[in-house]
Amino acid sequence: MRLKAIAAAVLVAGLGVVGVAIAAEEGTHDARSALMKKVGGAAGAMVAIAKGEKPYDAELVKASLTTISETAKVFPDQFKPGTETGDKAASPKIWEDPADFKARAAKLSADASQVLAQLPADPAAVGAAMKTLGANCGGCHEKFRIKTD
Amino acid sequence: MVRRFVRFLLCLVGVFVIGGAGFYFITAPNALPESHWANLGEPDLKNGEMVFWTGGCVSCHAAPGSEGDAKLTLSGGLALKSPFGIFHVPNISPDEKAGIGTWTLAEFGNAMKRGVAKNGEHLYPSFPYNSYARMSDKDVNDLFGFLKTLPKSGNVSAPHELPFPYNMRLALGGWKFLYFNSEPRVVLAAKVDDKVKRGQYLVEGAGHCGECHTPRDQFGGFEADGWLAGAPNPEGQGRIPDITPGSKTVGSWSQEDIANYLETGFTPDFDTAGGSMAEVQRNLAHLPKPELEAIAAYLKAVPNR
Repeated sequence: MRLKAIAAAVLVAGLGVVGVAIAAEEGTHDARSALMKKVGGAAGAMVAIAKGEKPYDAELVKASLTTISETAKVFPDQFKPGTETGDKAASPKIWEDPADFKARAAKLSADASQVLAQLPADPAAVGAAMKTLGANCGGCHEKFRIKTD
Repeated sequence: MVRRFVRFLLCLVGVFVIGGAGFYFITAPNALPESHWANLGEPDLKNGEMVFWTGGCVSCHAAPGSEGDAKLTLSGGLALKSPFGIFHVPNISPDEKAGIGTWTLAEFGNAMKRGVAKNGEHLYPSFPYNSYARMSDKDVNDLFGFLKTLPKSGNVSAPHELPFPYNMRLALGGWKFLYFNSEPRVVLAAKVDDKVKRGQYLVEGAGHCGECHTPRDQFGGFEADGWLAGAPNPEGQGRIPDITPGSKTVGSWSQEDIANYLETGFTPDFDTAGGSMAEVQRNLAHLPKPELEAIAAYLKAVPNR
């Protein structure tokens, strides 16, 4: 009985470790990077449609815009005070001017929601939407992201 | 810093021991004669605008923080921090007093291609004439014509803040003697595509890509064999990436990926340009696609680093 309990405890602890390893700890480069990759993937899907590389798919456009809107909303949570060090790609300006940083993320989220409300109905409209959304990416990276390689 | 300073001093002393007069003779500002610039005719303003965006003049010469059309007023004022001190970017708007409104084409051309100021003194290579020296006279003439169409600004830029010995312009003759030339940066294969050659012209000349992407030695000259191999970010943290085919990132992009990036700002995995490259990309996006394809073709043709 006791052996079983120990085995179970070890197993649970092991699962816990695996869990932590999968979901990177908040406020780290990996966690931030994973969120940005979600946005990048969604943007990529929309650009592929805009360019005619993939057929227009309303559901995919909807899902991509939802991903961008929701991810941008939670992204600033990864930059709480106390997480300034350890991520070489995050500029200190994020913590020097958190209001601007949050406002930019909020704007991307709002822009994506707005596009979502009037879903682009063809590849050209998807392309136009990506132009609007893409300007947010570049603007924020210009000020707050540091190139490390 | 101290060691660099001492070495620089020693170097300077050495040069003067060899012969101050000789030094001046060899390193005096070397402007092209007036006649060189005399017969270029009416500038092609459309081409001048394209040269303007290739060079990205606005990135340094527009008022810091300006947006949209305000960027076209080249009032100067940006403070460029460097290991040698702070350079304050001058006003190059057509204003007669504060800008370059009274400059002749010969004066402008010699600043661009020889690093010689209107009054005949050496310019600091923070103004990338060591790249612009590769530009054609026609492009310089067209660019000058285009700049004259832009709005005037009365802003008077601050003087550079450089400690001794970097504040001695005469010593820049020594810098030029060591580093300044208008030769190709890389020797391309003999039978190379015209597109690659065009790309070489854009990247090595007006585009001045190497000014950030190439590592520098202690006196600010390009390291031999380091062309476009990436360098520390002069503005602070991080790195300016290697953009040769040997690069971990850009090296894996196709030619089309590179052209696409320059046009849209998106990398193949839908990251975007960041830092000072964000504005460089916005400038380059004004160019016709074939020009961006030429840049991409050249970047695929340069040696691995």
